[in-house]
Amino acid sequence: MMVPSHNNIIPKSFLLVAFVLLFTGLSFGLIGALQYVMPGILKDGFSFQKVRPLHVSSVVFWIIFGAIGTVLTYLQEHGTAKNYSHSLLKLQFVIFVITVAAILISYLTGNFGGREYWEFPPYLAIPLIAGWLLFLINFIRSVSSFKNQPVYFWMWLTGIFFFLFTFLESYLWIFPFFAENIIKDMTIQWKSYGSMVGSWNMLIYGSGIFLMDKISGSKDYSKSKMAFGLYFLGLFNLMFNWGHHIYTLPTAAFVKYISYAVSMTELFIFGKIIYDWKSSITTAQKYFNRQSYMFMVAADAWVFLTLSLAICMSVPAINLYTHGTHITVAHTMGATIGINSMLLFAFASDILTAPSSKFIRIWFWIINISLFVFWISLIIAGVYKSIWQMSAVQQPFGNMMRGLHPFFVIFFISGIVLATGLVAVSVLMIKRSFVRATASRNDLIANVQ
Amino acid sequence: MNKGKIIWLMVILFLSYTAFLYASLPSDSGIISTSVYSGKQIWQKNNCGSCHQVYGLGGYLGPDLTNVYSTKGETVIRSLVQYGTSVMPSFKLDEKDLNDLVMYLKSVDASGKSDPRSFKINYDGSISQ
Ligand code: HEC
Ligand code: HEM
Repeated sequence: MMVPSHNNIIPKSFLLVAFVLLFTGLSFGLIGALQYVMPGILKDGFSFQKVRPLHVSSVVFWIIFGAIGTVLTYLQEHGTAKNYSHSLLKLQFVIFVITVAAILISYLTGNFGGREYWEFPPYLAIPLIAGWLLFLINFIRSVSSFKNQPVYFWMWLTGIFFFLFTFLESYLWIFPFFAENIIKDMTIQWKSYGSMVGSWNMLIYGSGIFLMDKISGSKDYSKSKMAFGLYFLGLFNLMFNWGHHIYTLPTAAFVKYISYAVSMTELFIFGKIIYDWKSSITTAQKYFNRQSYMFMVAADAWVFLTLSLAICMSVPAINLYTHGTHITVAHTMGATIGINSMLLFAFASDILTAPSSKFIRIWFWIINISLFVFWISLIIAGVYKSIWQMSAVQQPFGNMMRGLHPFFVIFFISGIVLATGLVAVSVLMIKRSFVRATASRNDLIANVQ
Repeated sequence: MNKGKIIWLMVILFLSYTAFLYASLPSDSGIISTSVYSGKQIWQKNNCGSCHQVYGLGGYLGPDLTNVYSTKGETVIRSLVQYGTSVMPSFKLDEKDLNDLVMYLKSVDASGKSDPRSFKINYDGSISQ
């Protein structure tokens, strides 16, 4: 048995902090949902104005920390991490942890920068940019050759690069030249956000392909034409499809036409999923007993559901109905929980070498079923709001929201089950991996003696 | 063509698109009043966007405010911000900040209409106003 090498301490620490952020985010998510169910609760002390950014930033950092920890680990396993600087890595970790703590404190104290998703004061972006630069530097200096690299290597590199680019772009608003006109400001804001999500997906999907190679023991796929073709398609969408967030914004018309056309290229991925249906199921059955693979299968199912919804929402005529409703929230949480979080569980299960557990399997099903109910309740709430938005004579906003109450109750209850499941799986994985790490160290000591 | 070249080509295309876009977006230089600009900062500092949307983007606990200036009027904005509702907290803004916030919402209102009912659906699935 191998003792975990010290090289993995920082990457694993990223994963552990990621889990802590997940727990934080889930707690605030539940409080936010409670504020939907009981309007006005905690209005003065702890209103939605604080709760929403606390939830969204915590879970976004769960994804980002998880992705960093995974890429750092897999990069070493991939064998290109020879010149890796551990002091840079440590510095990056310390900077990130302190900054994220400062961000959460700024929300708790009501100190806002007020931009969606990054609602903290803009100066806190500086250390994040610095930390991310260290990540990029470390990645590049650890590469001995760019030749003949598998697709996941390119996905990691483009993900790291584009995250930095789009994060910087999302701060252009601090210059009056960009902020003075609301249309210009919002166009650039959503250009950067659209591509930023694409960037972290590059890190996560890339790691997914790496793990698949590892499980199947073959690099055939990650060096294939199809893998690269899909990567280029993903990159193309990352770069040009973001306009589907702003179809109703009176901005340059070419942005909307280009985004509409580019978004439709995702139909190819959709078609491929259906075409490969049979063989995917056969592969799934072959490896399903592997815990990490089980989470990858769930992510695949959520890719299918999320992509169906996303392609519909990218048609402007349909988007007109879904925009500004909880269908958007269903899409966002469906993707960040169903795809990103499931894949992170797959990676964590592999990296923390969490042994297979019957309880994890049971919770796995509970999570996916409750997530489905959660997702559907948001979609139905969105459909009702959409009908309200489009009706000739509109009731007051408050009446419409009261009409949605039953769906918010379902949202809240399924959210409790979902959050419990996510915490249970995380705790089981962390606990079992520690038990195992200690056991193997004791084995080793016994052998030496 | 090798993979590195394809990636470079795409990156160049992306950067050109970005530059072209920045250049073609509307600009208010010189026209913008400082009041609108500081109103926008007050909007952000109080995180109104966590419950409200502008052009459908934001949090969803409260209504879209893109055109609230013309549909509900200045008095509604002032009294809601000062006194809140059963769901919305009250923001104790001073007179100047409140004026600036109103000026900001006025300028957002003048920038366009976000009501989905004001759009027409075209045969190719696109929409126009
Ligand atoms: C905690 C969530 C929350 C925050 C934060 C919030 N609002 Fe509201 N606001 C609401 C809700 C909910 C309503 C709808 C009225 C109701 O049902 O109570 C509303 C209504 C309004 C209205 C009237 C809209 C209409 O169509 O009648 C205006 C104007 C408004 N808010 C402005 C603001 C401004 C400006 C800020 C920031 C200073 C702000 N709100 C912050 C929740 C919020
Ligand atoms: C891993 C788990 C989760 C992730 C990754 C996640 C992610 C997100 C994201 C990205 C948003 C922003 C949505 C948007 O702007 O469209 C959001 C909003 C929200 N989430 Fe979650 N979420 C998670 C779990 C939960 C749970 C368990 C609940 C509780 C029921 C919850 C409640 C909410 C609420 C109330 C909002 C705000 C909706 C609004 O804007 O009005 N989330 N979540």
